[in-house]
Amino acid sequence: MLPKLNHAQLSNQGKLCIVFDHSVGNKALALDTVNYQNESGQNFTITNFKYYIGQVQLNRPDGTYYKSEGYHLVQEDEAESKKIILDNIPQASYTSVSFIVGVDSLHNCSGAQSGALDPTNGMFWAWNTGYIFLKLEGKSPASPNPGHIFEYHIGGYKSPENSIRNISLPFENPLAIDQTKYSLIIRADVSEILKNPNKIDLSKTSTISDTRNAGIIADNYSDMFSLKEIRNEK
Amino acid sequence: MKNKLLIFFVIIVSFGFIRKLSESPVTKNDVVLKYPVSFPKPLYNFEQNKLSPEIFTLGRKLFYDPILSKDSSTSCESCHQRPAAFAHIDHALSHGINSRIGTRNVPALQNLIWKDAFMWDGGVNHLEVQAINPITNPDEMGESLENIINKLRRNKEYATLFRKAYRDSIINSERILKALTQFTGLMISANSRYDRYISGKDTFSDQEKNGLDLFRKKCASCHKEPLFTDNSYHNNGLKPDSSLNDKGRAKLSAIEKDNYKFKIPGLRNIELTFPYMHDGRFRKLKDVMNHYSESANKNMDSDEKLKGIGSLSDKEKKDIIAFLLTLTDREFLNDKRFADPNFR
Repeated sequence: MLPKLNHAQLSNQGKLCIVFDHSVGNKALALDTVNYQNESGQNFTITNFKYYIGQVQLNRPDGTYYKSEGYHLVQEDEAESKKIILDNIPQASYTSVSFIVGVDSLHNCSGAQSGALDPTNGMFWAWNTGYIFLKLEGKSPASPNPGHIFEYHIGGYKSPENSIRNISLPFENPLAIDQTKYSLIIRADVSEILKNPNKIDLSKTSTISDTRNAGIIADNYSDMFSLKEIRNEK
Repeated sequence: MKNKLLIFFVIIVSFGFIRKLSESPVTKNDVVLKYPVSFPKPLYNFEQNKLSPEIFTLGRKLFYDPILSKDSSTSCESCHQRPAAFAHIDHALSHGINSRIGTRNVPALQNLIWKDAFMWDGGVNHLEVQAINPITNPDEMGESLENIINKLRRNKEYATLFRKAYRDSIINSERILKALTQFTGLMISANSRYDRYISGKDTFSDQEKNGLDLFRKKCASCHKEPLFTDNSYHNNGLKPDSSLNDKGRAKLSAIEKDNYKFKIPGLRNIELTFPYMHDGRFRKLKDVMNHYSESANKNMDSDEKLKGIGSLSDKEKKDIIAFLLTLTDREFLNDKRFADPNFR
């Protein structure tokens, strides 16, 4: 929790905009229209991509941190959803950003919620309560499913089927938060979800929509993020 | 002609009368959480959903309104009927829109705030999100939360009810679900003859006393007093119905030892909640007694605890049933707060 700040201190606070930039390998992600290829040479398109980000935190070298409350649903087809604005960051030098992909146990067991965690966002399992942390859907000639679709709906907050993953991205140089308007561009590479460390064969693993088999995809998305750029927006 | 006019006049007057009754408002005193000292602390906390007459009234209206279903044919009350302690009278399996039949028996609604999980398999972890299941299940109400929100936003009566309940015009899923939770969460059955006997305010016949003794020896290790469930899951030895292929808790866990395990239901108002079991296969309490006495532990995979029941004599079965009938709670069943607001 943040300490209470008086008015004088408020002026000593900065802002940071985190922007998620979706790609498939070196190509920008575009829904429906662009053909990609995985490492096994299987062609595919992506039709839907969204995920929860929470517990966004900026870390200082002495182990203290600034933490932003709440959850964000990042959706490829909603440009605004790819920006997270952090407010009231105490002026200091920061060395890394960290966050989780998923929704923590408490928020999976809290009943009806609104905003990012509203069940109408289509990221909620009703019959076996829990949020879907990440949805990746697409089409591939290799998939044996009707319509050649493939679908990964990944969730699960209870051990041992826990798909929450912690992400930590160190900055190359410490970032001094002051009155400067910085944007932190974080790349999320969808191709990682299909290859590393678990190579996904679209002809065999074309659907995952329960917590039991989610781990292989969760392990893959745990390293899909990289820090692309820190931009001074002036 | 004169007669016809008179009948018409009587009908008009009666409608006015019914309408007037329906407007008798829920008061602050109606939405106070009350339960006996012998009950444990509820697991649902109304602190996160502060009880108010206006929100309760909204929840009651929603509960009785078929607007929550895809074709406006089916309300919560279509299956959770008040005269049956909010179970479905005489239906083994749930019925939904387009004459569709579900795979499980409709459970009674009572004392929900003491449950740690919902559904026969316990897949739902919180009372507030329980209602999403019957609403969205294609065999039940077949509707989406998004459509319901849109329908309610276009409805003048709901605009007023939401404004009264929440002091602004926002209609969203959280508010719908929390209002339903206030209505169903206050369904507390705690004043049956059994309760009054325990607190020394009523007497039991010798048969009922003997039934209670037998119940405590043979049934209470799962059907724990005072709620008559320990919120656990067991295989009670029913022969699986291949047409339903319902593996119970294993449907969620895919673990073999969870095969055919279902939630231990509370037994209050059991007189009215027939038929019995997760698939409603038994029509009479007599059939239930026969199952536990004769066939329950014949099934290889049935729970070890069932062996302790042993064979029951006819008299023992009758005595246990006599006791079970003391769990009927007329005060709860006649509680006007839970009546259809259109016909109060």
